[in-house]
Amino acid sequence: MKKVLVCSLLVLAMSASAFGAAFKVGGTGPLTGGAAIYGTAAMRGAQIAAEEINAMGGDIQFDLRYEDDTHDAEKAVNAYNALKDWGMQLSLGSVTSKPAEATAAENFADRIFALTPSASSAAVTEGKDNVFQMCFVDPNQGTASAQYIGEKGFAKKVAVIWKNDDVYSKGVRDTFVENAAKFGLEIVSETAFADGNDTDFSVQLTDAKEKGAELVFLPMYYQPASLILAQAQAMGYAPKWFGIDGMDGILTMEGFDKSLAEGVMLLTPFNADAKDEKTQNFVKKYQEKFGEIPNQFAADGYDCVYAYCQALTQAKATPDMDAETLCPKMIEQFTTMTFNGLTGENVRWAKNGEVTKDPKGMVIKNGVYVGLD
Amino acid sequence: MTFLNFFISGISLGSIYAIIALGYTMVYGIAKMLNFAHGDVIMVGAYVCFYAVARYELNPFLGVVIAMIVCTFLGIIVERLAYKPLRQAPSLAVLITAIGMSYFLQNTALLLWSSNPKVFPSIIGRGSFKLFDGNLSISHITALTIGVCLVIMVILSLFIGKTKMGKAMRACSEDKGAAQLMGINVNATISMTFAIGSGLAAVAGALLCSAYPTLMPTTGALPGIKAFTAAVFGGIGSIPGAFLGGLMLGVIEIFAKAYISSQLSDAVVFGVLIVVLLVKPAGLLGKMTQEKV
Amino acid sequence: MTMRRLINLKRVEARRIYLTYAVVIAAYVICQVMSSTKFLSSSMRGMLVPICAYMVMAVSLNLVVGILGELSLGHAGFMSVGAFSGVATAILLQGVIPFAPVRLAIAMIVAAIFAALAGFIIGIPVLRLKGDYLAIVTLAFGEIIKSILNNFYLGVDSGGLHFSMLTDTTRLLHGGKLIIRGPMGISGIQKIATFPAGFILLMIALMIVFNLVNSRSGRAFMAIRDDRIAAESIGLDITKYKMMAFVMSAALAGSAGALFAMNYSTIVANKFDFNTSILILVFVVLGGQGNMLGGIIAAAVLTILPEKLREFSEYRMLLYAIVLIVMMLATNNAEIKEFLSRFNPFRRKEEA
Repeated sequence: MKKVLVCSLLVLAMSASAFGAAFKVGGTGPLTGGAAIYGTAAMRGAQIAAEEINAMGGDIQFDLRYEDDTHDAEKAVNAYNALKDWGMQLSLGSVTSKPAEATAAENFADRIFALTPSASSAAVTEGKDNVFQMCFVDPNQGTASAQYIGEKGFAKKVAVIWKNDDVYSKGVRDTFVENAAKFGLEIVSETAFADGNDTDFSVQLTDAKEKGAELVFLPMYYQPASLILAQAQAMGYAPKWFGIDGMDGILTMEGFDKSLAEGVMLLTPFNADAKDEKTQNFVKKYQEKFGEIPNQFAADGYDCVYAYCQALTQAKATPDMDAETLCPKMIEQFTTMTFNGLTGENVRWAKNGEVTKDPKGMVIKNGVYVGLD
Repeated sequence: MTFLNFFISGISLGSIYAIIALGYTMVYGIAKMLNFAHGDVIMVGAYVCFYAVARYELNPFLGVVIAMIVCTFLGIIVERLAYKPLRQAPSLAVLITAIGMSYFLQNTALLLWSSNPKVFPSIIGRGSFKLFDGNLSISHITALTIGVCLVIMVILSLFIGKTKMGKAMRACSEDKGAAQLMGINVNATISMTFAIGSGLAAVAGALLCSAYPTLMPTTGALPGIKAFTAAVFGGIGSIPGAFLGGLMLGVIEIFAKAYISSQLSDAVVFGVLIVVLLVKPAGLLGKMTQEKV
Repeated sequence: MTMRRLINLKRVEARRIYLTYAVVIAAYVICQVMSSTKFLSSSMRGMLVPICAYMVMAVSLNLVVGILGELSLGHAGFMSVGAFSGVATAILLQGVIPFAPVRLAIAMIVAAIFAALAGFIIGIPVLRLKGDYLAIVTLAFGEIIKSILNNFYLGVDSGGLHFSMLTDTTRLLHGGKLIIRGPMGISGIQKIATFPAGFILLMIALMIVFNLVNSRSGRAFMAIRDDRIAAESIGLDITKYKMMAFVMSAALAGSAGALFAMNYSTIVANKFDFNTSILILVFVVLGGQGNMLGGIIAAAVLTILPEKLREFSEYRMLLYAIVLIVMMLATNNAEIKEFLSRFNPFRRKEEA
């Protein structure tokens, strides 16, 4: 309770310190409900970045505001409109994919530039010249995973377990399955789960085991993945595991038995254990402030604000410009600039808003990430 | 052998539904209300148990006892504040209030314990009994859940059948007005029912999270709905019915995933429920009440 | 037709109906004027269409819960059927009918037909049950609809419509377009739903429901609600009347779903889950069962409330829950209710 109070005071203090000449940056994300963990993380990451930038006292100052969308497209549009009433000049889109699709359409219609930290479905940016992504787009993750597994020769027979009512999981699964054969992978088992039956995975695991899968691909977030790992161990099934960026965070779950994740491979742009100064500084600040270790959503949120800072500086933008004036300037900057952040070096954006950065292959050894290459 | 393994998975999932359904069915049987906040009381129980065991390193069983005490009080407070003033109101009003209470508990949990999932430490470890040279395994937690379910079922049946309080509960369930005339304190009886139901929810929470160890503020919501379905399946209001309904729902869910489609398993589960209710409109073990003119 | 029926009504009933129409029209005019004079915030303007859709949902569910007296926990399922069939229709007609309002109207009619069909199919088993068992079966159907739509694929190409279940096996020809994409729902919807369209749909819904309620069928509904056995004994065909109300209610919900869906660029089946069904039920119960105006007002208040609570940031949903509980207590506790009813001008005179 105390923590919450401190948070809200901080937010108040932040907006107060940034009165006057600051860019109003707004985003929506699930801050309550089942997906709250993602929205909260992205918001907090962005908050830390905005505070750092404001503390440096340069020309670029941010006034950051996040509104709750409960992971729902309707509420996301409401939240977006509330931000518009507040006078938002630059948007952080929405944190999760489906709400982001809905707000991206509004961004496009209103000519308010958007850079979403983590909404990864292809439909978010499709056909919109002013909506950009900080994270990999889902189809790319699927292809990259298949390529990685095939080229490194981790396995020939692969099983996929995916979440049937989730856009993110479905998007990655589709391209993975589509491209698997190209990289010499044979998909022997393909099973799904959904909200409401996401506790028991015995059927999915038995199917994978019986069909002789050497590797199980898990395009999903870490919370169901942690259950899958535990249940596989209980039934004595030990294939190779391969996850995507949603798997990041599994090691920091309170009470998680890290030995379960031993040997799990994942493609992720962010790693809280990385030794570089930038990451360590961010992780330390985040922990001090919120008592938790940041996941990739937080890192994406953080990077978004810094990317805005860089783009605004280069465009020589001033806070008195309105959203419509800023929009073409931002489009110009984002399609030409190179950005170095927590989630990747030499990050560039294509005209369609998709990001290009190298996914890092990681493997979990003794409870920490180690680079695969 | 695979078939048997699936069957056992089904039983272990079903035993969790069963223990949640016991609480639902008892409250429904006596207070005639669908307590949709029951799943969230389970979540609170699991959090209390989590903090007792993981943070304060207490004995797991002591943790469960503490969770039971906390949940019992929570149940009494919720009943006093939100349900008691509506004793004379239409049952739908109480249903909506229960849903409001469910939101309230979920959002309080979100503020208190954050949205980060916690991994629940199993209260009895993660071992399993191996049968047939290890071809078949039953985890300890499944065995414990079924054991606890049976014990609770027997105690509840005895309590309701044999004790004076139980008699009062049955009287309230039959006819509140008549019970009042016979000198039964209807209000106190219903409060008592909530206290017991909430205490049971704490046990269910500890077992649910021991079997499927992630804990979030929304942990109780979906199992709650499934368990409610299980209770109706078995005949809502019937205590053995909740047990049977829970087990069957678990087995059907696993078989549907295994032999029909893992994508459509929920549709199959609910489809079976509909068929059962059409054949036996009061559930498997429910009593058909004859309406009088 | 409408007028004659209304004249025959008891005056208090007629006044209630006129008041409902008057309030809805007045609210529409005020909102429209405020909106065109930019007096309304973007936040409010963005909510006008969904509020209309929820109001229609409240009216439609009120027919089942308030008038027929049966509890339905799966009403969002019909909204979902309507949303998907309506949007698919609108997309298919995109090239054929360029004029958006006509396209919207046709989409809403198609949505109503599909939802009515779903209502009929579901009604056959459901209406044999009663009370809580009926409620749980409607919940089950809501979940089944969600589960099926999450696995449904529909595409169109030069060869016509193709659909498949579980995985996308539509094998569209080059230039074809996948409209419904399983769990990813429909993307890239043209936002053609408008506030006037929502208002018209609400007026139509009200006319249909008032006409139905004050007809022979409507009296039969209420007789069934108040005493099923007595109604049966005087020879009322209970199943027929129940089915009529159920199908009508589903059709209205379907249109509302289409209106709702076409206000957003994307729609998924998971949006229409148990929680949405419950939300609509809350409108009905809070507004008073059988009271159309009450349900309409409750729908508006409960949609706007969480937005107005935004300034409380993380306490927002907690406050919403508290307000919901307090409202239920205030409207249903006998003492408070008696106190409030003194101010109600339409209170029936106690008959001696």
